[in-house]
Amino acid sequence: MGTFDFQNVVLPAAAEQARHDIRAFLQAELDAGRFKPHRCSWTSFDRDFSRRLGEAGFIGVTWPERYGGKDASTLTRLVITEELLAAGSPCGAHWIADRQSGPQILRHGSQRARDEILPRIARGECFFGIGMSEPNAGSDLAAVRTKASKVDGGWRIDGQKIWTTNAHQVTYMIVLARTGDAGPDRHGGLTQFIVALDSDGIDVRGISDMAGNHEFNEVFFDNCFVPDDMMVGNEGEGWTMVTGELAFERSGPDRFLSDYQLLATLVDEIGPEPDRGQAQAIGRMVAQLASLRRMSVSVAGLLDKGEQPTVQAALVKEMGTTFEQSLPEIARTIAPTEPTLLSDDRYVGALAETVLRAPSFSLRGGTREILKSMIARGLGLR
Amino acid sequence: MDMADNDMAGIINEQAQRLFEGTVTRDQLTAADNGDFQATLWAQVGEAGLPLALLLEEAGGIALDPVQAFELIRSAAYYAVPLPLGETMLVAALLNEASEGPASLAHGQAGQASRVPYGQACSRVLVENNNGWRVFERDQITGEAGRNLAGEPRDALHLQGDGRSVERPQWLGDEGLAAVGALLRAVQMSGAMRRALDLGVAHATERKQFGRPIAAFQAVQHMLADAAVQVASASAIADNAAQAWGKEDFVVRAALAKVRTGEAASLVARVTHQVHAAMGITQEHSLHFYTRRLWSWRDEFGSDAYWAEWIGQAVCKRGGAALWPSLVAATS
Ligand SMILES: Cc1cc2nc3c(=O)[nH]c(=O)nc-3n(C[C@H](O)[C@H](O)[C@H](O)COP(=O)(O)OP(=O)(O)OC[C@H]3O[C@@H](n4cnc5c(N)ncnc54)[C@H](O)[C@@H]3O)c2cc1C
Repeated sequence: MGTFDFQNVVLPAAAEQARHDIRAFLQAELDAGRFKPHRCSWTSFDRDFSRRLGEAGFIGVTWPERYGGKDASTLTRLVITEELLAAGSPCGAHWIADRQSGPQILRHGSQRARDEILPRIARGECFFGIGMSEPNAGSDLAAVRTKASKVDGGWRIDGQKIWTTNAHQVTYMIVLARTGDAGPDRHGGLTQFIVALDSDGIDVRGISDMAGNHEFNEVFFDNCFVPDDMMVGNEGEGWTMVTGELAFERSGPDRFLSDYQLLATLVDEIGPEPDRGQAQAIGRMVAQLASLRRMSVSVAGLLDKGEQPTVQAALVKEMGTTFEQSLPEIARTIAPTEPTLLSDDRYVGALAETVLRAPSFSLRGGTREILKSMIARGLGLR
Repeated sequence: MDMADNDMAGIINEQAQRLFEGTVTRDQLTAADNGDFQATLWAQVGEAGLPLALLLEEAGGIALDPVQAFELIRSAAYYAVPLPLGETMLVAALLNEASEGPASLAHGQAGQASRVPYGQACSRVLVENNNGWRVFERDQITGEAGRNLAGEPRDALHLQGDGRSVERPQWLGDEGLAAVGALLRAVQMSGAMRRALDLGVAHATERKQFGRPIAAFQAVQHMLADAAVQVASASAIADNAAQAWGKEDFVVRAALAKVRTGEAASLVARVTHQVHAAMGITQEHSLHFYTRRLWSWRDEFGSDAYWAEWIGQAVCKRGGAALWPSLVAATS
């Protein structure tokens, strides 16, 4: 039964203070006309926004002060992220670094990596990409072939990653590479490395998505040198680290608030006197969102206690992405329009953006089918 | 809640589970289905003090934290306990006074109240009409038996006299007993669907076809995973409302809970029947004790559609910008 426990977590006063502060920051950004809420989400890369956010002290808040953090709890970070998302801010540049790369480096990185990298992430000056997927290693991540070979003072990386979001505009990516034998469970012999994207031997080629955006990339490594102290954790611990990271990656509000602005603009589009069908549809969506928020805060509470609620995180992501994907379908049913990216209308623009982004919600960070299989494992079915 | 209170709640909950698990038999459930009030079971539940869980101590109650008290109701639903335990517990808390026997709550008008849960078996009924709340005692109640899909009594009552007028608490807003009943059924659904899921998982690991347990088929695994998501979501949103018992934003939280658990109930019932296939729709199998309750409870005290409309109206009236802050407030 433990799998389904989502205990209530009361947010500490510090987290509520952070909510007050981040709302003030976002209001100032909006007042200055620095972003368009209905067009942005956590995939919008805006380095200036991230720099201002970092300067204001909202990135890396859970890390120790000596690394640029504020020793804040996971719950404070959760409040900041949910407010950034709900406001439709362009928070994509620092997102990965703040959510998973930074915490990995803090826990498993060398002293030099911590000293040199974490404060820059916290200042909003240094961004990260995730180098896991390869052409033949998608859901079956253990099949990665990119190889790291030991050389004097470090490692030499050869191979290829794909779908690396923001590789063309980030400072580093963490690359999962093969350093030894896979072993019987196929999970051995994998190691993670922090690779600077301006290193020699790296070739980044953009891939356009169907919306015409350049967000993800192919990254080729040819004899690319990485110093020893840019290895994350010990040799062969890559798999454990990657799977440990997933609870952080999957349970956050980015799994149900990516298109929150569509819901907000939909409510305004419908206006104060909805018909019965419109009111019901809105009410159902709000109830789903309410339970998702509740579950996500609960998982954050477990993470804060140092637990690894992998199955709960999978439950949140599966329900969250299903919700996110249903939103544009429901919107177009109860407030019909012909979506176009060229419109200045907030609702039409938000709908157009979301229709084109929605398929990715249940792919990135583990596909729906993989998550359901993890939940089934949690149920004892496999 | 201090440590001692927490321990107390834990002990009561454990006792209740043991009682339900040990005493609620198939025969009892079947007998209840046929309209027999389970008086012995009611006496045992009373001895364990369960109807007093939410009542204040000065009124002779146990005064558990509301989330813990509602957890008892969830446990009872997990075992399909065929008694108005939740109704009695809530009426006692609302009137700040224990009743002799089972109690219930309903809407009524002009001396009539329809579809009253366990109405004929009750020693007390709390009735809401346009003018407020009235309490009717055993000797003022007569009626005719009715049933829901699960065979639970939903009786038509004739109420003699005016009853005793009692004050309607502010925190229940205009919705009053509908909101109370909505949360009660929401919590019960979260318990019954958990049981249906457990039965589904057990069946999938035991039943073999094509030379292996059907749990080995990914299609079956994924159906049950869908159900597990719904069970988790339903419990979380029901707790979110239970926590606000007696507080200002109770009604909106109860509404959110009824909508979400009602939707979840439909999906979990569908999936668990699919997994059990033919065996699951027989009298002999116990799945139906839970799914028939889910199908009844989702429509009682306002269906998910009813409360969704209620929420949607309020949200649209306030506009898009107000939604996020109010959502945070209603889920904190
Ligand atoms: C917008 C976007 C951004 C991304 N960003 C990054 C990034 O920054 N870094 C990175 O490393 N990766 C990134 N990814 C890649 C993402 O992690 C993969 O797309 C995902 O893991 C699935 O891999 P695949 O696309 O190769 O699909 P496949 O694994 O080939 O899957 C194809 C289909 O088969 C199903 N399937 C596969 N295996 C099973 C199974 N065992 N049981 C049932 N069904 C199965 C899948 O669910 C899916 O429906 C990104 C993806 C997207 C869409």
